[in-house]
Amino acid sequence: MSEELLDATGPAAPPRQNGELVFAAPWERRVFGLTMALVERGAFEYAAFQKHLIAEIGAWEASHPAEERWSYYRCWARALESLLADQRAVSLDELRARVEVLEQRPHGHDHG
Amino acid sequence: MIEHDNSDLATRVEALEALLLEKDLIDAKTVDQIIEHYETNVGPLNGAKVVARAWVDPAYKKRLLKNATKAAAELGFGGPQGEHLVAVENTPEVHNVVVCTLCSCYPWPVLGLPPNWYKSPEYRSRVVREPRKVLSEMGLELSEQVEVRVWDSSSEVRYLVLPERPAGTESLGEEELAALVSRDSMIGVAKPGQGSSP
Repeated sequence: MSEELLDATGPAAPPRQNGELVFAAPWERRVFGLTMALVERGAFEYAAFQKHLIAEIGAWEASHPAEERWSYYRCWARALESLLADQRAVSLDELRARVEVLEQRPHGHDHG
Repeated sequence: MIEHDNSDLATRVEALEALLLEKDLIDAKTVDQIIEHYETNVGPLNGAKVVARAWVDPAYKKRLLKNATKAAAELGFGGPQGEHLVAVENTPEVHNVVVCTLCSCYPWPVLGLPPNWYKSPEYRSRVVREPRKVLSEMGLELSEQVEVRVWDSSSEVRYLVLPERPAGTESLGEEELAALVSRDSMIGVAKPGQGSSP
């Protein structure tokens, strides 16, 4: 019975109409949303982003740390970072500095 | 599947979003709306409606095979990644299957965002080399007589497979037919109605 209830590929699979969760983690949906918002705003064409995505995927497939498992959205995030750096919109130094600030937060921080 | 280095990535994306907000390159509400749109409105039910219409309306099918972007727009489906949509028709002699070897090109307006297996290095490299074997592993056995055509999507062209209408569905209406059309059958890794009974 539970198998039937958990069937995620049938026509009755909404609200996720893809028949599976589209995003495996909150940061994946976020980085997708950021990218498409930038496209919608005209910051860049999707085709320009795609060139970076193809390059990141190709680079990962050519070589990657042995312990690093495949993650499509890791490639996606790296593609967005490198495109924004190329465009001088957000530099990698700037990004690294902000990451360091965020990492200083006490463990288990919340937004309250 | 959550990986151990996910928290690194989560922090990087959070940092990127904060910088983009400060630079006024995005606003948070638009980002939320876009994500919600892709999670709830855009999905393979759209493509299923296109396929079902083509099954019941020969004139529509002709238009779909001639210009799928226009035919999808007739039913109200269009937008990013749907600009150069091409429908490829399965017949008793030919089976079509779609891949994007370089990244993840996929017709979003009719199929939504691609499933994880479609983006995996394994599917992307293997389905070109040994399509029959990959399809068989995914549960689709094809007779040796059937020619398998593999279509490589690109930024120029996105493919949609028009599956064969299952036998014995003559009495079904368009909506019931659409319910038989799975996402996987429109990528070409399954047949409509596979695993379900009408």
